Amino acid sequence: MAKRIDVSGLNAYYGSFLAIEDISMTVEPRSVTAFIGPSGCGKSTFLRTLNRMHEVTPGGRVEGKVMLDDENLYGAGIDPVAVRREVGMVFQRPNPFPTMSVYDNVAAGLRLNGKFKKSELDDVVEKSLKGANLWNEVKDRLNKPGSGLSGGQQQRLCIARAIAVEPNVLLMDEPCSALDPISTLAIEDLIGELKERFTIVIVTHNMQQAARVSDRTAFFNLAAVGQPGKLIEIDETERIFSNPSVQATEDYISGRFG
Amino acid sequence: MDISTQNPAAPPALPPDVERKRAARGATRPGDRVFLGLSRGSGIFVLVLMAAIAGFLTYRAILAISKDEANFLTSFEWNPSGVPPQFGIAVLAFGTVVSSVIAMAIAVPIAVGIALFITHYAPRRLGGTIAYVIDLLAAVPSIIYGLWGALILVPHLDGLYGWLDDYLGWTGILEWNGGAPRSMFTVGILLAIMILPIITNVSREVFRQVPRMHEEAALALGATRWEVIRMSVLPFGRSGVISASMLGLGRALGETMAVAMVLSPTFDISASLLDPGGGTFAQNIASKFNEATVMGRDALIASGLVLFVITLLVNGAARMIIARRKEYSGANA
Repeated sequence: MAKRIDVSGLNAYYGSFLAIEDISMTVEPRSVTAFIGPSGCGKSTFLRTLNRMHEVTPGGRVEGKVMLDDENLYGAGIDPVAVRREVGMVFQRPNPFPTMSVYDNVAAGLRLNGKFKKSELDDVVEKSLKGANLWNEVKDRLNKPGSGLSGGQQQRLCIARAIAVEPNVLLMDEPCSALDPISTLAIEDLIGELKERFTIVIVTHNMQQAARVSDRTAFFNLAAVGQPGKLIEIDETERIFSNPSVQATEDYISGRFG
Repeated sequence: MDISTQNPAAPPALPPDVERKRAARGATRPGDRVFLGLSRGSGIFVLVLMAAIAGFLTYRAILAISKDEANFLTSFEWNPSGVPPQFGIAVLAFGTVVSSVIAMAIAVPIAVGIALFITHYAPRRLGGTIAYVIDLLAAVPSIIYGLWGALILVPHLDGLYGWLDDYLGWTGILEWNGGAPRSMFTVGILLAIMILPIITNVSREVFRQVPRMHEEAALALGATRWEVIRMSVLPFGRSGVISASMLGLGRALGETMAVAMVLSPTFDISASLLDPGGGTFAQNIASKFNEATVMGRDALIASGLVLFVITLLVNGAARMIIARRKEYSGANA
């Protein structure tokens, strides 16, 4: 079930360094929201605050509110482990568990959540691999190591692993930046299908990709190195790329940045 | 096409046969040749050294074993200077293997625990301090462990022995009849302490090298810290921990002085590990070598050959375990 994300007044720190400052935005359910902006502007950091992964970095700490429907992820008594079971994540570099088979990779999240019958696991693994458009390529080698697949297949395996636990939100941190154009296209098509079921947030350096896959786009920027990153604007993707309301956005997307 | 003609630094006008020879050798510059020679030489040197040790041991061992009137592998005697000479390694093999197994059973879980604590649980400063102390432990000479074992450990083991006898005495192998605790079990404890640092240090390095992205993969699925360790850290570190354990086992199998100082050696095998007595290869060689006759020395060398073979087998087994899981090792991730 897709949920709405509502962020207000969010600051994230590395030690005493303020990495992103005062971010507020709403991410609609069953849509794709893309984060764009120059390197170091804090878009990945912000993404990682949405499933409480930021705080696993030494010195990482967050102020502010992230509401997932009516639940504050940073509220008292909220277990970050439980948050991460609800908000899935796909990383920049494909990271299947190298010691596990394709099957075990997909089943890993379910096994964390409790005991399942073999037949139930089989069903979920098949459904998730189909959902990630990978089933036909791997159905004959489910028991081979996941690290033996190609880069693009590995990334789709990671997506299958993430959606197997039926998260409410799927975060993707530059999921195609380590992939060739054909694999990238496969992932982009997949994102289009997945948004029927999940709330998707994707960080990308590739503006064409943001334009292709997202419904809404958020532009992040920072005043200078050492300054905190800020959200400049968030709007319909079409509007951001045709007629943004802030000059800095236009400069960035038209390549006149810096 | 000849490699040296593509090289702008190579002199162009050489007789064709010289050029062909150079191309066949592959290395044309003096630096390359020197380095190739040195590295190839080092590689060959190791093989020659190994063959020389094996050859020496085998030659002297054959001299001894051919005169042995008892079964070399199964006899409980050690009387190589007697008439006729009678000696066998059964007691030594048993003692060496048993004390090492006890040491491994105690040391490996503790070492892995310490390594995980240092790398994944402890605050950085505390972890660093513990790692430093462990490094110090590794630098303590074995004679010091032997002194400590004989003067401190042995007199304080009555309580543990009594407890083991109360709860596990029914098994027979941990039955205590009140003798001095200079037994195989005590040797195992002491060896465990001695091999703990090396296993901890190597395991710690391996756990530290677990790629961040593997741990984050587990975290992002909603794994707790223990589950991250189980899903990402331990599988990645598995072969490293095995190698670390083998390093420790190598030290335990060959440890000499500490064993000699703690054990009261006898030439028999008792059913209970808590009974005093027994012996190991290295301890037996060290205790007897000085006063041995020529025949006695050859017999001791024969026992050394068996230790050598056991060590080789252990290493081979470890390599097989590591190789069998190679495609899952994460090296190709």
